[in-house]
This record gives sequence, structure tokens and C-alpha cells, in this order.
Amino acid sequence: MANVLVCIKRVPDLGGEISLTADAMGVDDSSLGHTVSPHEDCAVELAIAVAKDTDGQATVLTLGSSDATEQLRNALALGCTAAVLVEADASAYGPADVAGAIADVVRAHEAAGTTYDLVLLGNDASDTGDFQVGIRLSYLLDRPVVGGVSTLSVTGDRVEARGGSPDGGTEIFDVPLPAVLTVMEGGIEPRYPSIPGRMKAKKVQVQEVAPSGSPVGSGRVRLTLPPMQPSQVEVLGEGPEAAAAVVDLFEKLGVLR
Amino acid sequence: MSSVLVLVETDAGGATEVSRETLTFARDLGHDVHALVIGDGPAGLVDQLGAYGVQVVHHADGDAFTSYAAAAWAAAVVEAAGDATVVTAAGTPRGNEVLAHVACRLGVTMAANVVEAGSSTPLVVSRQVLGGAALEELALADPVAVFSVAGHACDPAEASSTATPVVHPLDVAVSADDLRGRVVRTEPGEPDESGGLKSARVVVGAGRGAGGPDGFGDLLELAELLDGSLGVSRVVTSLGWRPHHEQVGQTGSRVSPDLYVACGISGAIQHWAGMSSSKTILAINNDADAPMVTKAHYAVIGDLHEIVPAINEELRRRA
Ligand SMILES: Cc1cc2nc3c(=O)[nH]c(=O)nc-3n(C[C@H](O)[C@H](O)[C@H](O)COP(=O)(O)OP(=O)(O)OC[C@H]3O[C@@H](n4cnc5c(N)ncnc54)[C@H](O)[C@@H]3O)c2cc1C
Ligand SMILES: Nc1ncnc2c1ncn2[C@@H]1O[C@H](COP(=O)(O)O)[C@@H](O)[C@H]1O
Repeated sequence: MANVLVCIKRVPDLGGEISLTADAMGVDDSSLGHTVSPHEDCAVELAIAVAKDTDGQATVLTLGSSDATEQLRNALALGCTAAVLVEADASAYGPADVAGAIADVVRAHEAAGTTYDLVLLGNDASDTGDFQVGIRLSYLLDRPVVGGVSTLSVTGDRVEARGGSPDGGTEIFDVPLPAVLTVMEGGIEPRYPSIPGRMKAKKVQVQEVAPSGSPVGSGRVRLTLPPMQPSQVEVLGEGPEAAAAVVDLFEKLGVLR
Repeated sequence: MSSVLVLVETDAGGATEVSRETLTFARDLGHDVHALVIGDGPAGLVDQLGAYGVQVVHHADGDAFTSYAAAAWAAAVVEAAGDATVVTAAGTPRGNEVLAHVACRLGVTMAANVVEAGSSTPLVVSRQVLGGAALEELALADPVAVFSVAGHACDPAEASSTATPVVHPLDVAVSADDLRGRVVRTEPGEPDESGGLKSARVVVGAGRGAGGPDGFGDLLELAELLDGSLGVSRVVTSLGWRPHHEQVGQTGSRVSPDLYVACGISGAIQHWAGMSSSKTILAINNDADAPMVTKAHYAVIGDLHEIVPAINEELRRRA
């Protein structure tokens, strides 16, 4: 039996353009939907699969505002069976603060009798892209960590994790549990929620916890956007009649072999 | 004089391109540049590092480094850092991972994917966030600044005067705990998986507009006629139409070809993040207002399933 904790972060679902808040400290998400990183979608999928295979539980956690309950419910609809909201303003939390808050929950649950054999996170959050919360968590919990994992399988008290290597091959790790793994998109297809799954998710009580202590913060001074370029597109034509103009362009660019 | 330590990644040809960019970036900080090489480097590496202005090459070798373990690499970085005021590496999966371990060991902040180092005391760096669609100015107040350098933050350039580096073998204390997360086995990749895509001079990008798993024939042919590679959007991989290693964007490959032909791709910022550094962008889309069209250099408006075959035909006619 392996219990898995999977950590996700609510982020704005950006389209083609971004705008910042007036103080330039964040993205103006007032008119945007929200989502989680594709890496975290895969982490949720892996957590559910491991829990199913080993008769364990998959618990989903986020640190964020109460709005982030939406992302917890989505993970519950997919097959997580418990959810924890560490209610806090995520923008005031740097990566070390987030790791500390997750470690607190892991220890508190352990003291209450639930141990997490695996903690899964995304390799990098899609908004801040700090590339480190999972690694920091592993140091706080004194557990081994493997980064950039795309598939994994748990056998007994070990986990075999696979991820891409710099030369395009695959690296295989064999790590004793309990362990922390950070997940990268690409190895598996996350499932879509079913209607019964959504109904079931509504009934699960989300555990709300207050973070202990106050965060140090990330050190953010401000965000900046690249200057907006007015569109300079040259339309070569419409439909197949434009083919000659396109090939003329290829010639001009020197990309014909 | 204070120093900056660069963790150098290597391939058969020497320091990788992104590592050479990082060396260039580090040199511009105005400190002495030290490099750390782990394991057997390729022949000629020390001379190459000298050409980039490296004064000291720290070398970690031995049983703990015969296969990759991020924590063991981090132990070597900490050992090599000595009293360096900056510790850096390329913003690759490995570079970011090792530096995150280093930051935990030193009890400092780590900034990923820096593109510019600004004012000092405290050091303020600019780093890519939101997949590169925005920059964050971040203050690094620790005595040692740990950050990775984003790919293409600068062009790799040799130093004006070549140094003859001193090679310094390191004696790194690696604990058993540091080797828990160690590679136990590797498997070779499919020949050409994403490697071809990343270095291609022409990339034909395909999105939802391809229409289905069978909608890629003409697009693959166009890529072949231009000696290029196919790259796809996340919609295409998540629908299972094409494999993930072809994905371009924030959670896929970053490409910067001479020409990117975006066919049936709307131009969401996460896709844009992966191809915006292409020299020329041609969009083929039936929506003249799609962000990919307005941001491109050139566009053809209409159904890609009519336009792409016509282009292929014209290419064959002129060949
Ligand atoms: C955190 C995060 C990370 C992400 N990472 C990535 C990533 O790495 N890479 C990535 O690509 N996406 C990524 N995405 C997804 C991204 O937001 C978009 O959903 C995706 O890029 C859209 O793919 P698309 O352009 O193929 O599809 P759509 O947005 O649906 O666009 C299809 C386009 O095709 C055009 N079209 C349709 N039919 C035709 C036709 N017959 N002929 C010509 N044109 C036609 C339409 O006008 C439209 O412009 C990420 C999202 C998030 C939240
Ligand atoms: N506020 C948060 N709540 C829960 N998990 C988080 C939070 N922030 C980051 N994480 C997790 O840590 C991973 C890496 O984030 P980062 O190091 O910030 O790039 C993310 O993919 C999430 O899995």
C-alpha cells in the first residue's frame, strides 16, 4: 500500500496575451479562467494510478486562496480521495515557504497516523517557474528526490522512476520510499473527469489548514512584459493561390535545399 | 578577486552551447570565472574553457559520479564554489535541478532562468516566468547568488584573451544519502527524438487545425521538402495525434529555427514561448485575427489542408 500526496498550484489560464496588475506584482487574472500546469496534471494522474495499484490513497494539496478549491475538486473528480487546502495568499509565498508549508502538512498528517510514501509535485510551476519546491521539500523531509520524472512504478518499498536524459534517452532511478518526485509532462496521458467522478468529488470534505508562521517571500521586485509590438504581419495571400508567393518567400529566406 | 563558478555540461563536442552561453554570461559579470566539470570531459575541453576565459577548472570524478545523481553533483558544486559570490549553470533540466539542490545545501535562494543581472547590493536579476512570456525582477540578497542562465540569454562568445586554466581535482565528500536519487540504468532514445527538432533550420508547426491524427501527411511532406522537422502544439499531443517529443512550447521543446511555419496553431503564449525566437515566422491559419497571425512576420489566410498541398506542389515543381 502506498499513500501519495500530490501538490498542485492554481494558475491563470493564459491565452494569447498577458496583462499585469497595476502594481506589476502579478498577472491580472480577473477575466481569466484558472488551471494547473500540465506537469501537475500528469502528477495527479500518476498519484491516482499508484494509489489504485497499491490500494493506497491519493491526497491532493494546494497552498492558495479558497478559490483554489476548484483545482482540488478537479483532482478529486479524477480519483484523488482526500484534499488539503493550505489557505494562504500564494503570491506572498516564495518556493522555500511553499516547501515549508507542504512539509508541515506531511508531518502533521504523519503525527495523526497517515504517512505519505510518495510526494509528487510538478517539475516547475507554470507561473513562477522556480524549478525547486519539490527539491526543497525533500531536504526538509530528509527524503530522496528525483526530478523530471515522466513515468513511475511502485514495488514494495521502492519506486522506479523514469525520465528523459540530456542526450534524448531515458534515465531510470530506483529509489527507496518514502520519496519525493517531481513530474514532467510527456510519459502518460492524464485522464478526463467523469460525471460520477464530479458528483463524488462534491461530497469530499476539503481539509482546510492555516499555515504556521509567516512567509519570507520570493524576493520579487516586479514583473515586466516585453514591449507590445504593433502587428507587422505581411499577408501573402488567401488560400492555395498564395502558394507561389510562399515559395518565393522560402527562396528569399534561403531555406530551399 | 571574487569568482563566479559555472557548472559546465558537456557533450561529445565539448561544453554544450547553453553552457558556453552561461560561461559568456558569467564572464560579463566581471569576476574571475571558474568552471566545474563532472566526470570524464571530452578531449580538448580544458582548452575550450580557457578560450572562454575560464581560469580554474575544478574537476570532480570517481565512483560517486559515474552515473548522474543531482545531490552528488550539488555536493561537488558546493565543494568547488569555495568563496565564490555567484554560482551558476545553464537553465537546462539538469542545471536547474542541481542548482536547486545547491541552494538547499547553502540555505540560499535560487533563481531559475535568468536573462540579465542588474544592479548589485542587493543583486537584482531578471528571470523568465510564465514560460518566458514575462520577466520577473528578483532580488537575491544572499552572500552567494545562485541562479541558472536561460537558454539564449546571450550569444556564446570566446574571451578576447585566452586563459590557460589551472585544473583543480576536487575531493568531494558524497554521502550515501546523496546517492539515493541516482541513475541506475539508461536506455538510448529513438534516433532523432526531438534532437532533430531542436536543431532544425526549418520547423513546420502543426496545431489543432491539422484536424486529426491523419491530418499530418501534407505537413510532414512540407517538412521533408524543406529538410526540416515537424513540431506540434500541446492540443495535438494531448489528443494523442502525435508523440509528446514533437511538442513545442513551455512544456515541450524550445526551437529557434530560421523559419517556423505555424499551421493551424492559434499562438497561445505557452506555444509562443517555445518558438518566438525563430528568425522568420509564417502563419497559415483560417482566422486572420489569431494571435499567431498578428504576431507572425508573414501569413497566408485560409484552410491549411488546401494551402499546404499547394505549397508542396509548387516546391516540387520548382525543384
Ligand atoms: C501551463 C501550460 C503549459 C502549456 N504548454 C504548452 C506547450 O508547451 N505547447 C503548446 O503548444 N501549448 C501549451 N499549452 C496549451 C496552450 O495554452 C494552447 O491550448 C495550445 O497551444 C493550443 O493549441 P492549438 O494552437 O493547436 O489549438 P487552438 O488554440 O485550438 O488553435 C487552433 C488554430 O487552428 C486554426 N485552424 C483550425 N482549423 C484550421 C484549418 N483547417 N486551416 C487553418 N487553420 C485552422 C484556428 O483558427 C486556430 O487559430 C500550455 C498550457 C498551459 C496552461
Ligand atoms: N502554492 C502551491 N501549492 C501547492 N503546490 C505548489 C505550490 N507552488 C508550487 N507547488 C508545487 O511545486 C511544483 C514546482 O513549483 P516551482 O518550484 O515553484 O516551480 C509545482 O509544479 C507544484 O507541484
